[in-house]
Amino acid sequence: LSRIGDELYLEPTENGLSLRAVNSSRSAFASFLFAPLFFQLYEPGSAGPDAELFRCKVHMKSFLGIFRSLPSLEKSVGKCLILLKPRASRLVLQLHCKYGVTKTHNLAFQECERLQAVFDTQRCASRLCAPARVLAEAVVHFPLTLAEVTLGTGPGGKISLRNYVEDEAEPSKTMVTELWLAEDEFQSVAVAPGSHITFCLKEFRGLLSFAEASNLPLTIHFDKPGRPVVFTLDDTVLEVHLVLATLSDLESNSRSPSTNGVSHLPAPSDDFADDLESYMVAMETSEGGSGGPPSPTFPLRTPQPAESDPQEQEEGAVPGTPPHKKFRSLFFGSVMTPGRPGPATTQEVLAEDSDGEC
Amino acid sequence: MRFRAKIVDLACLNHFSRIITTIAKLAKTCILRLTVCKLYFILSDKVANGGASMWCELSQGNFFDEFQMEGVAAEHNEIYLELVPENLSRALKTAQSAKAVKIKLTNKHCPCLRVAVELPSLSSSSRIVTHDIPVGVIPRRMWNDFREPSVPDFDVSIYLPVLKTMKSVVERMKNLSNFIVIEANLSGKLNLKIETDLVSVTTHFKDLGNPPWASEDGCQSSAQGRDLESMAEACIDIKKLQQLLAGQQVNPTKALCNIVRKRIVHFILLHEEVSLQYFIPAIA
Repeated sequence: LSRIGDELYLEPTENGLSLRAVNSSRSAFASFLFAPLFFQLYEPGSAGPDAELFRCKVHMKSFLGIFRSLPSLEKSVGKCLILLKPRASRLVLQLHCKYGVTKTHNLAFQECERLQAVFDTQRCASRLCAPARVLAEAVVHFPLTLAEVTLGTGPGGKISLRNYVEDEAEPSKTMVTELWLAEDEFQSVAVAPGSHITFCLKEFRGLLSFAEASNLPLTIHFDKPGRPVVFTLDDTVLEVHLVLATLSDLESNSRSPSTNGVSHLPAPSDDFADDLESYMVAMETSEGGSGGPPSPTFPLRTPQPAESDPQEQEEGAVPGTPPHKKFRSLFFGSVMTPGRPGPATTQEVLAEDSDGEC
Repeated sequence: MRFRAKIVDLACLNHFSRIITTIAKLAKTCILRLTVCKLYFILSDKVANGGASMWCELSQGNFFDEFQMEGVAAEHNEIYLELVPENLSRALKTAQSAKAVKIKLTNKHCPCLRVAVELPSLSSSSRIVTHDIPVGVIPRRMWNDFREPSVPDFDVSIYLPVLKTMKSVVERMKNLSNFIVIEANLSGKLNLKIETDLVSVTTHFKDLGNPPWASEDGCQSSAQGRDLESMAEACIDIKKLQQLLAGQQVNPTKALCNIVRKRIVHFILLHEEVSLQYFIPAIA
């Protein structure tokens, strides 16, 4: 969660404790829902008829600082108590350690609106499920500094990952790396042919290392470019969602095929032509033949529609991603729950926060 | 113009990968020259490189299981490409468990070296990673810019001390000064010196040995008439020396340097399958 945002949102619910984070440009959102069974004791508190359960957010660094050295914590801490004291304005974390030592941390918190990205995995046209290890091995071929990666489907049911080259970069100067995974490396594949999405690799890596450490399979739900991609992990006591905005394809004029695009040219018959390996030949000629989806050309620069977000403005403007990024912000509503379809509005409108209460 | 090559043996792949990593540390951009038998990585002494130049030569047979190339023309059966070695290094770095690595010159949107790595996977088909590394094709009229540099008429030639030791000395000196003086004599003594307003530091190495060079008339260069004790020195950019030493991942079979006093230092590092020459000009 700290790889995504600087603030940790704590939302106790009847179904468990939800920990959430969002990044400053609102293009990445993650939530970890710990079921009551995960805890030795779970009391979400009582909500009155008019009020909801208390929510708050704390500084990520303060919270993480309490759990700084995991190996030594595992050796010395017997129990951890998390107590939310609204009236005292404190989130209390108490570590009960060996030899009768108790460490009590009092964190200041801020009240907040419910943080919820609007997404619906049921409405995603494509879904992939793979062991975390497979995806981790795939991602290792890309440099740590790479910002965005494109996930796509190719001939023969293969799934590809390719580094995304910004349109400002010169195609003849940038190295392009592409990895192909066979369908049977995945636990399940249900994808719309020719589909592809581009998302931020950095935020995904964070979830991937968690998934690898917990040995959980990762499911990727995606749809058309521009619609968010949802990564989920499921366990008996834990439900994880990571929602990332994706780059939208805008209409473009005919352009020369970009290095990032599906090539529509037949295999070249110039001096460099070669008897390509049968695999590569199949790749290139079938890509050339498919008249299907438009090539993911570099979107034109269009200003993003102004998005109002009352809460964000109250807290003071935070610098978002640089203006040339064309990722749409995710949509944040105050009362939407995942699983239910979002409001049937056009994509340009952010759901307004409901007035007033916390 | 065609080029395709394949490496199947993991040890060869790792060795080749290490060489590319060394080259990447020495040059941001360099020339790759391909002939039927050899590969050369060349950095010419343009001002942009700080005057340093490099010549690295390897026999393709020691690394590749398949190697086919056709140059620009029958009587000029060579290919010269300009590339960023760091890209090639990155492509090879994650290929450490590969079943095979294929390199091919292609021209889809622009000339590229396509490195295709076949990786083992638990599924029925292998995982394939391709890296398209953009390259520039050097036209034949410019090939003369990249000829092998000749060994300079040096004053002293001496074997270098253990590179690891030399590297740690130079790394510490780098914190104190931008320039370093290398001096050596024909009695096997070599000194590394830095001097600033506040401090001067000298590290002395002795009993290093001087390599025998055959002189033009075929005889061993005689020490007669040369003062064995007199030092030949050159002051060079310490960063260049540090880069050269930091890039060495395996101890060379032979490591020596030739000093032309106040002009240039010529380093020769020889391994079984690869030779590297690096020239650092002296600062005036």
